[in-house]
Amino acid sequence: MSDVVTPVLKRHLLSIDDLTREQAILILDTADELARISDAPIKKLPTLRGRTVVNLFYEDSTRTRISFEAAAKRLSADVINFSAKGSSVSKGESLKDTALTLQAMGADAVILRHSASGAAHRLAEWTKGSVINAGDGTHEHPTQALLDAFTIRKHLNKNPEQNGGVGADLTGVNVAIVGDILHSRVARSNVLLLSRLGAKVTLVAPPTLLPVGVSDWPVSISYDFNNAIGECDVVMMLRLQLERMKSAFFPSAREYSRLFGLDMERLAKGKKSPLILHPGPINRGLEISAECADSADSLILEQVTNGVSIRMAVLYLLLGGADA
Amino acid sequence: MTQRIESSGYLLSSVLSPEQELIDIRISNGVIAEIASAGSLTPGASVTIESAGMQLLPGLVDLHTHLREPGREDAETIRTGSAAAALGGFTAVHAMANTDPVADTAGVVEQVVRLGREAGYCDVYAVGAVTQGLEGLALAELGAMAHSMAQVRVFSDDGKCVSDSLVMRRALEYVKQFDGVIAQHAQDPRLTEMAQMNEGIISAKLGLTGWPAVAEEAIIARDVLLAEHVGARLHICHVSTSGSVEIIRWAKARGINVTAEVTPHHLLLTDSLAETYNPIYKVNPPLRTNEDVLALRTALADGTIDIVATDHAPHPRESKECEWSEAANGMLGLENALSVIQESMIENGLSNWKTIAERMSYAPARIGRVDASSGHGQIIKVGVPANVILIDTKIRRKVSEMKSASKSSNNPYIDRTLPGQVLYTFLRGEMIVANGELVRPL
Amino acid sequence: MKAVLSSADISRAITRISHEIIEKNRGSEDIVLLGIPTRGIHLAERIGSEIGVIVGQSIPVGTLDITLHRDDLRSKPPRALTPTKIPSGGIDGKRIVLVDDVLYSGRTIRAALDALGEIGRPALVQLAVLVDRGHRELPIRADYVGKNLPTSHEEIVKVSIHEVDGEDQVQIAGSHE
Repeated sequence: MSDVVTPVLKRHLLSIDDLTREQAILILDTADELARISDAPIKKLPTLRGRTVVNLFYEDSTRTRISFEAAAKRLSADVINFSAKGSSVSKGESLKDTALTLQAMGADAVILRHSASGAAHRLAEWTKGSVINAGDGTHEHPTQALLDAFTIRKHLNKNPEQNGGVGADLTGVNVAIVGDILHSRVARSNVLLLSRLGAKVTLVAPPTLLPVGVSDWPVSISYDFNNAIGECDVVMMLRLQLERMKSAFFPSAREYSRLFGLDMERLAKGKKSPLILHPGPINRGLEISAECADSADSLILEQVTNGVSIRMAVLYLLLGGADA
Repeated sequence: MTQRIESSGYLLSSVLSPEQELIDIRISNGVIAEIASAGSLTPGASVTIESAGMQLLPGLVDLHTHLREPGREDAETIRTGSAAAALGGFTAVHAMANTDPVADTAGVVEQVVRLGREAGYCDVYAVGAVTQGLEGLALAELGAMAHSMAQVRVFSDDGKCVSDSLVMRRALEYVKQFDGVIAQHAQDPRLTEMAQMNEGIISAKLGLTGWPAVAEEAIIARDVLLAEHVGARLHICHVSTSGSVEIIRWAKARGINVTAEVTPHHLLLTDSLAETYNPIYKVNPPLRTNEDVLALRTALADGTIDIVATDHAPHPRESKECEWSEAANGMLGLENALSVIQESMIENGLSNWKTIAERMSYAPARIGRVDASSGHGQIIKVGVPANVILIDTKIRRKVSEMKSASKSSNNPYIDRTLPGQVLYTFLRGEMIVANGELVRPL
Repeated sequence: MKAVLSSADISRAITRISHEIIEKNRGSEDIVLLGIPTRGIHLAERIGSEIGVIVGQSIPVGTLDITLHRDDLRSKPPRALTPTKIPSGGIDGKRIVLVDDVLYSGRTIRAALDALGEIGRPALVQLAVLVDRGHRELPIRADYVGKNLPTSHEEIVKVSIHEVDGEDQVQIAGSHE
């Protein structure tokens, strides 16, 4: 049969490092096709009927959980939400025991959100099903990066003959990722994915919020947002956690906002009226002004919509075939 | 039966001395009775050990071991830990003070020594805490521990740094009265809050909070200056960075009375192992870069680093079968120490067995001021207590979890192939290990 | 391998099917052809252009991917999706002709009917295939057949068409070949 996927994905999606360029494009293309179905009046496909998907969330993240849940349900998978709060987990059950329990329940995939970097890697060692990393500490959040890449590709290929960029990568696209790179799993996954897809990535942050080992990343570094925004096609703003202030990463929210926040004035310095992305939830007035968040170039809500398509694609490509 | 064999003694024939001469050596009545050129001694009443071509070394002395008793007997006991030590070729170990209760009183250190004696696998020396409860605030009863039956000479808050400059200065000064030494765990606490692994390229990628080299180097720099100022003896635990090596080299050139140790794992393993997120590789100080490993090897070879110390740190399985950030720091070290040294220092020609005898026996005994009558850290000659070991340096073996005396299994070398194996350990003439097995099983 | 349909045979079959579609539907009004990937897409395009020539106006042709509705997904690694392209007029109230290369168990068509149901509600659905090799496992039959080809289960029917395989041909092979 000619319709067997050639770049078969690994069993787990733990890091963008698990994906080749071709596999990443396959996910984006699959999401593109699934997005059309999501637009149809009947939003349910029988594809994953009989599969069980567990949302195992050790951190509150309603939007990511709902996005995965919607994706799984549209593919007719059974979804079990397992929130760490108020469960046996909060009574001291180890991640390993939880993993073994979920396996005994017959979970085909576990979607894990956890505050510890590498938690998804650990879980993958203890469970037979697929593990999808839905954010692990300050490490990675691969599906967020995929939906960001998907959103960017779609918008930069809007003409009908470009067909939403199906099959294409992001060669030549300039992306600035701005803010707390050090603690951002979104940034790590995006740096890997966007550069793998050919985009040129610039990190914009105060030196305190860049990791010491950043020199090894395939990016340029800028401490000057005004300068960096000039050639950008896309500006990706990261959420700033205010508690970082206590550890002396920056002097005050006001100073941070002035130097690294996005407002209309700064946006106007961009020569290409850049697209605005933000993984949410946003701090209006801190890393991004309300005007920018609501502007025509802002794709923040579209990211949410695209998130469901990307997660459907990942679930389909991991679970839609024979058991590994 | 053991008694009968012991009284007749042992003949070790055609073994390689640390200086690589082929010799025969007879052990009798607890001491080295005869040494002669190979083939010249006849067995007589002695039991002959099939030892042709094996490497003879003085019994190893570990200045840095965690035996976990009292308090965490689920991870290790003095009995199991000292048995593991004997299997690794150690005839003396220093048990670190971070037990529960902390070894900060004469009572606890005496108990540790007594339990070691009762187990009888190797001599157990107690390290005393520098500060009460390892809290870094008030000095523990250093004098009481020194003058107790345990005769403590090494003091350390290991696991924690004596970070307060004034407390460190006072401790260095105070132990001069009984020729003690402060063994510093060099780690600036503020620079290493929540630290998980070496800060660098790998930590940036993995999103694990970094433990910067400067947090170690800054404390070492401060402490060598303090030691110089008060004219005291300072020992640096588990040196892990090339920068630390440079500072120690500078201090020694300046005449400062500082000694330093390196662990086997810092001589072999690097931070890239963290990419597995398997906390079996989580240790404090963390595994560093290959550049650091090479600098540490050079420093151990040239004597800038005086000794190898294992920092044997057993942990129960559940402390490692978890998320990296939740896991305990530390790895087993006693049983494979010598193999790791052979791999990282001998096989590549950086060092030789004579130097390793100095780094793993004579020097640690000297730094710990181990009593000469114990026989530890003595050059092998007629009349000294027979603390010797025999190593088959030719074999290569796959490290297995099963063959361990330790109660814990957090061994980073499992499934790795390492050279050499300790086949015999003699403690004052008594055969503790024979053919790589304990003569008296646990 | 034994050739059972030549290039000329295939051309004739397509022409005949095109005429039959017009005849059975009394013209080409409201007809939408949907090809099923991979080879059905190109067969649908050919039939569409033939009908276009006959009736003097182009008729809408699209593609319908059935992957997500297959009942044998678990037997193979996940398959890439082929875009479903529905002509701009949609399918509601239209006379849909599904086009595929080979009709065998009928499961593909069952999946296609399900996929169609996701998209809208046609007035009726017909089926055109180049080859019907029998062995139905579902109560499905084709309205237009290029060639009925009695086969055994063990035999393999290989359809080659120019746009995909570089030539037009149908071959049959025994399983032992």
